[in-house]
Amino acid sequence: MKISRSLLIGAALTSVFTAAALLSFLWTPYDVTVLSIPDRLQGPSATHWLGTDHFGRDIFSMIMVGARTSLAVALVAVTIGLILGVPLGLAAAARKGSWLDEIIMRGNDIIFSFPLLVLAILLTAVLGPSATNAIIAFGIFNIPVFARIVRSGALSLWSREFIMAARVAGKGTTRISFEHILPNVANLMVVQGTVQFSLGIQVEAALSFVGLGAQPPTPSWGRMLADAQTMVAIAPHMALVPGLAILLTVLGLNLMGDGLRDMLDPRIRVERA
Amino acid sequence: MLRYTLKRLLSLAISLIVASLLIFSIIEVAPGDVASFMMGMNAQPDTVAALRAELGLDQTKVARYFSWIGGMVTGDFGTSYTYRAPVAQMVADRLWVSLPLAVYALLLSILIAFPAGIFAAARRGRAADVTVMGATQLGVAIPGFWFAMMLVLLFAIRLRWFPAGGFPGWDESIWLSLKALTLPAIALSLPQAAILTRVMRSSLLDMLGEDFMRTARAKGLSARQALWRHGIRNALIPVLTIIGMQFAVLLTGAIIIEQVFYLPGLGRLIFQAITQRDLIVVESVVMLLVFTVIMLNFVIDLAYAAIDPRLRLRT
Repeated sequence: MKISRSLLIGAALTSVFTAAALLSFLWTPYDVTVLSIPDRLQGPSATHWLGTDHFGRDIFSMIMVGARTSLAVALVAVTIGLILGVPLGLAAAARKGSWLDEIIMRGNDIIFSFPLLVLAILLTAVLGPSATNAIIAFGIFNIPVFARIVRSGALSLWSREFIMAARVAGKGTTRISFEHILPNVANLMVVQGTVQFSLGIQVEAALSFVGLGAQPPTPSWGRMLADAQTMVAIAPHMALVPGLAILLTVLGLNLMGDGLRDMLDPRIRVERA
Repeated sequence: MLRYTLKRLLSLAISLIVASLLIFSIIEVAPGDVASFMMGMNAQPDTVAALRAELGLDQTKVARYFSWIGGMVTGDFGTSYTYRAPVAQMVADRLWVSLPLAVYALLLSILIAFPAGIFAAARRGRAADVTVMGATQLGVAIPGFWFAMMLVLLFAIRLRWFPAGGFPGWDESIWLSLKALTLPAIALSLPQAAILTRVMRSSLLDMLGEDFMRTARAKGLSARQALWRHGIRNALIPVLTIIGMQFAVLLTGAIIIEQVFYLPGLGRLIFQAITQRDLIVVESVVMLLVFTVIMLNFVIDLAYAAIDPRLRLRT
């Protein structure tokens, strides 16, 4: 199995931001909760590598702590989608054409007809804006995504010989689903998981930007961009840096997803050869 | 086709009913009483009660649902709690900004993606193809609202070619209004153009392997002639589907981009409504957006089935 260049670049970019997020729990160059008005709106320098914002906070440190918020929101929302969506997809595939399959798939269609942003807006309108509610909205959106992909992957497996053998051996539907089907659709889940993770970073940033995501004082890349909006003429670095952080993280995850798909999907490997 | 259409119509009706029930229920569980919120902390109980009656909040939930949905069907979206104005009118005013913005962005996206996709497919595996595909990776990863800010910085603040925000209104000047929507439309279209370029390219590449393309070549057409005469037309089917779906994405994506440019569109309406707890506005705008998405998908399904008869048999 050859590891592609896009997988390597993607994994490297993702690792950098993950490491920054984890390191921020232990150490940041400056404390992001301390305001220092005399130092405000400084450009990048030896003391402040990426400059300071309008409150004099160190942007490098804020990017590190902001990575935490972005990655956490995306990660938890993808996990919600996996935990609820995968069993639904497995159940629907195991009883294809039954009322259960019909209900699960139609339910998915309904959630799918809510554009993600609209769903998030609706929930935050009711529950109030916060990072947690952004997670809930994106988590709900992820459920049908995983249910669909697992169902379609599982459907083609149910007619395979090794599943028949498991049936003959007396295993029940649920057991076969988890013991034999699940490991064989895991690659689909990994690839889709990366895609949803990258989407999650973008959604968190967009929601925080319009004030529906993480609330101050929690640093988040989207919030940093919202603050930068009014300052963009006098301090362009305030807008440039968080935007590049989002861009590079999303790019890294997308490249990783592409690389993983190429590596895990045998059909693509054959085509390339 | 009639059987398929009827089946899809039934599923369309069910989707719309369930979606409306869902939106209504979510808004219903919103904490706090709208009337008390509007009247402030020191309101007398009887004035709050009078307002509740005026807004129809004293009716049962079932009655309220039917009056809301009945109103939506006849074009009466209720009355805004904060502005005391008909929601339908407010939405209509804002649609004159959001809808042209989405259409503008869609046109830009097509104008970028078609040539780029064809260019890349015709040069598969070569440096030009790799460059285009690399650019699409960037296009997909760039946050639209950040790209919008960068456009403002360059084209509005530095070069002063376009306004940094605001909207003069179509009555005021069509030219200036179009100008005001140009940067937002570019920002909105970029990620979609990147996706569409990829779809166009891969759809064309699929076509290149088809038998009829080989026949066209065997007849003596050059690779380029075969691509233009036979390949592109057939490759357009999946591309058109994606374009249909993208319109919905653009319409909702406009909500965020409008914030960057201070455009008085649906986005600003919905965010103002959220901060003022004007839930009837949120409810109606969300329903309208979901309705648009469901209808778009319905039309795409029908169009697809009309083109490809195999799909009618599948479901």
